[in-house]
Amino acid sequence: MTEFTYELGKDGVAIITWDCPGKSMNVLSMEAAETLNGFIDTVLSDDAVKGAVITSGKADFAAGMDLNVLGGMKENGAQGVFDGVMSLHNLLRKIERAGMDPKTNKGGKPIAAALPGTALGIGLELPLACHRIFAADNPKAKIGLPEIKVGIFPGSGGTTRLVRKMGAMAASSYLLQGLMVNPAKAKAAGIIDEVVADPVAAAREWVLGAKDADILKPWDAKGYKMPGGAPYHPAGFMTFVGATAMVHGQTMGVYPAAKALLSAVYEGALVPFDTAIKIEARWFTNVIMNPSSGNMIRSLFINKEALEKGAVRPKDVADQKVSKVGVMGAGMMGAGIAYVSAIAGIEVVLIDQKQEAADKGKAYSEAILDKGIARKKVTPEKKADVLSRINATTDYAALEGCDLIIEAVFEDMGIKAEVTKNVEAVIPKDAIFATNTSTLPIGDLAKASSRPEQFIGIHFFSPVDKMLLVEIIKGAQTGDRAVAKALDYVRQIRKTPIVVNDARFFYANRCIIPYLNEGSRMVTEGVAPAMIEQAAKMVGMPLGPLQLIDETSIDLAVKIAKATKEAMGNAYPADAGPVDALMLNLFENGRMGRKSSAGFYDYDEKGKRQGFWDGLAAAHAPLEDQPELTEVQHRLLFAQVLEAVRALEEGVLEDIREGDVGAILGWGFAPWSGGPFSWLDMIGAAKAVEICDDLTARFGERFTTPPLLRDMAAKGESFYGRFGKKAKAA
Amino acid sequence: MTDAYIYDAVRSPRGKGRKDGALHEITSVNLSAQILNALKERNNLDGHAVEDVIWGNVTQVMEQGGCLARTAVLASDLDESIPGLAINRFCASGMEAVNLAANQVKGGAGQAYIAGGVEMMGRVAMGSDGAAIAVDPTVAMKTYFVPQGISADIIATEYGFSRDDADALAVESQIRAEAAWKDNRFARSIIAIKDQNGLPILDHDEYMRPGTSMQTLGALKASFKDMGEVMPGFDKVALMKYPHLEAINHIHHAGNSSGIVDGSAAILIGNKEFGEQYGLKPRARIRATTKIGTDPTIMLTGPVPATQKILKDHGMTIGDIDLFEVNEAFASVVLRFQQAFDVDPALVNVNGGSIAMGHPLGATGAMIIGTLLDELERSDKEVGLATLCIASGMGAATIIERV
Repeated sequence: MTEFTYELGKDGVAIITWDCPGKSMNVLSMEAAETLNGFIDTVLSDDAVKGAVITSGKADFAAGMDLNVLGGMKENGAQGVFDGVMSLHNLLRKIERAGMDPKTNKGGKPIAAALPGTALGIGLELPLACHRIFAADNPKAKIGLPEIKVGIFPGSGGTTRLVRKMGAMAASSYLLQGLMVNPAKAKAAGIIDEVVADPVAAAREWVLGAKDADILKPWDAKGYKMPGGAPYHPAGFMTFVGATAMVHGQTMGVYPAAKALLSAVYEGALVPFDTAIKIEARWFTNVIMNPSSGNMIRSLFINKEALEKGAVRPKDVADQKVSKVGVMGAGMMGAGIAYVSAIAGIEVVLIDQKQEAADKGKAYSEAILDKGIARKKVTPEKKADVLSRINATTDYAALEGCDLIIEAVFEDMGIKAEVTKNVEAVIPKDAIFATNTSTLPIGDLAKASSRPEQFIGIHFFSPVDKMLLVEIIKGAQTGDRAVAKALDYVRQIRKTPIVVNDARFFYANRCIIPYLNEGSRMVTEGVAPAMIEQAAKMVGMPLGPLQLIDETSIDLAVKIAKATKEAMGNAYPADAGPVDALMLNLFENGRMGRKSSAGFYDYDEKGKRQGFWDGLAAAHAPLEDQPELTEVQHRLLFAQVLEAVRALEEGVLEDIREGDVGAILGWGFAPWSGGPFSWLDMIGAAKAVEICDDLTARFGERFTTPPLLRDMAAKGESFYGRFGKKAKAA
Repeated sequence: MTDAYIYDAVRSPRGKGRKDGALHEITSVNLSAQILNALKERNNLDGHAVEDVIWGNVTQVMEQGGCLARTAVLASDLDESIPGLAINRFCASGMEAVNLAANQVKGGAGQAYIAGGVEMMGRVAMGSDGAAIAVDPTVAMKTYFVPQGISADIIATEYGFSRDDADALAVESQIRAEAAWKDNRFARSIIAIKDQNGLPILDHDEYMRPGTSMQTLGALKASFKDMGEVMPGFDKVALMKYPHLEAINHIHHAGNSSGIVDGSAAILIGNKEFGEQYGLKPRARIRATTKIGTDPTIMLTGPVPATQKILKDHGMTIGDIDLFEVNEAFASVVLRFQQAFDVDPALVNVNGGSIAMGHPLGATGAMIIGTLLDELERSDKEVGLATLCIASGMGAATIIERV
């Protein structure tokens, strides 16, 4: 069975149908491209053929390139990637020129694209090379070039063609942000040509009537001028100067794909089309050869999907799909959990001590749905449907029939224990009980349970409806069915799970807290607060540590520090003093962070961040000689990645894929790097050890090189080399 | 080594660089030719009197393109055996012309040169020749490119200059320029520009705004705030290069930045024998020249390292300099120079500068050397230093000494 089939109609129109066997969605492989190439040759050489329509045998056109193909090309180095990309360019260019006489631009055969549904990536680049694009009137279909989201950019002519078609300014949101739109919007933007009920029929009719001029692309016609102006046209100049600065500022210089894309656009705009696609291919090759793109694809695409599909789920446990969930506590977390559950079609019982509080929790869902209605993303019927699934009550009896309980009450061992006992008294014997704690050990909480093997941690991040990661924590006695239940539930609510073992702060918080502490510590040393924040952003952290503390609140930081000190006793790090004192200083000055409009930063009455609090400089005189940016960056990065390595060493983390995916989705760890383990692989264990040793000597033992890392450096190993096999097999 | 001497220095008045500017009707070639002719007439430069005309010009497109230097020579009364060399080192082009000429003379490559430059900013718009550093992502990102105004504001932020500091310098520039004109201090250099019938077109710097005060400047809006903070957001790029700064303090505006004007200047440089042959008396010796590259993002701090280098290379100290000309591209450039060397502001830009009178890019470097020489003579001082900041992160300096 081949991926493309060819059928010549009696009217002389060849219908080339793309239909990948055994897949729900078409993705392009190099073999398939070769088949298509053969069919195009037939179309162009067979005199009985008047033209062709390229369409799909599936509900959608295509989702893009098979990302494994890129990996394959990479095995032959830069030349392999370049040659592979150029072979696609040549195929698409053959379609576009369609046998026209190069001088007169006459005599070509019309080739149209007919898109039944979604067309993304190469699934749009192929149509862009055709002479006319017909899309089905399918408002759910997505049209776009989302490559930038996985760290690459449209490299099969999509970049060059879209810019030549629309102009750099108009194309920028599609290329730089990966904007995807429905067919009607794509037509309005000029990306596709027609939206019709039956795209194949319309395309066929168009092919039969197309004249020479209809199939000539503007950029192949004499006197072509780029819409909006090429770079050295006065208007184009402003666009390109601005675009470069904006991309530089927004990406903080860490995403190679955005830079390469922009260079391909700029350099390509200065030369004729055939040279431009060669330039595009060279920059694309450059991005593919940059470890960042491979790492991003691995973590954000391949491994994220693998985890979502149950890569770490206990294999022999039957489907544990949740039908009714009881959410204990209708505070911010409980309300969010109720919403994401209800919207996924799960019946929800939302319980709080007072009816008023339970109702307020349900109102949270209503508010989100109303926002959706205002944005025309949600219908009033959908809202009614979702809300009907949430039963806000104080009555534990309502929990009858729940197969999963998620407890999200106050972070207090005593209160949680009481809730656990009371709930277990009314729920079915086989129900799974999950606690959404972020700080308390699961093993300790499980002591209150009469069924510890059915007791598990499901740690959501705030705000629940926006954060993509859910951290599942196994206690020492947690059984496989509880793990499967948690994973199946997370899959139902369409989030990405990681499964970790029970240890202080689990995985995500364990890594993020040292980042916040290191940032604060540098303030106490007199490093310019601006430098600390900027350094973090310039390694790709979405928020600087000080801003993040303001967002999560100072009182929480003080509370966590106090609890940690109590729990650790003498083991509490001796060097934590200055950071604790700084937090206390903010706390005692009533600076609780953004919520009190005062923290590390000052805020205006609208809550907009202003400058830093002058009390910081007053208490910690700025150093005359500020440290090098790289030093600040190393401190902020190693504070996080060393905890990730220790979590792996200690067995808290069982799979580095979870460590990488969890870091990016959980706390926004430098997505360009692919995650902490990918980043360490990028710089190499030997270099990492060298930096750690230096940081330890100068800044203290918290940077002590983990034995695992030292061992890897000695053996010349990488994390994915050493631990990746298991990941691949799973 | 042979010494290089300045025998004469002339300049045009500076016209407003816009449609209603007095020089707007004059071509770049014509203005250049009138200045070259003045130098020829004043010094009897018949025949192959000079080895070359080195002509600074920044925006070398359209009428300023095609080696304007040679076209200007051919349009002037100079002998056709004198070639022309058009050069571009942005704002220091005129100074670089002088320095190149001086060093050629010192090295024995000919006995005399005319060096100077022209810029008709109202006719050939600044930036209309394109610039890869601004627009080519590969280099723009590598260099953290921001426009000059943002760079000037980075200097203000990094070195702690307030809007008031900048405005006060601008007011002083206006006061000094007005006083200098009233006192006829530019008389020796100014060449009145005329039409083909000998009718007068412009005989004074028309850009000046006498009566400028802190109050009038206070009303002006910061010019680079929007492009820095909003669209396209150059401040973000600037802060990546200067991460310890919290935010850029935007203090520059039209009133404390250099004026956009039309103008030209030329200097006659030769060795001792040249003077003897033409019966000319040397006015000053060109003692030292230099140029240097600096961080392209803050871009305009060049006068400081250029001055440090020229002093060090020639075994001098800042105390050896009697008078300074530091081009007033933006107020913060001069403020930074004064701060770095702790020099008395009374010795810097004694007769005003580019904020008051304007900055014809390709000509200014030669123009301020002439102004410096006139003032050394008037105030009977010996040693002067002229320096300019330069786009893309460069600096240049020249030290002259009366003989």
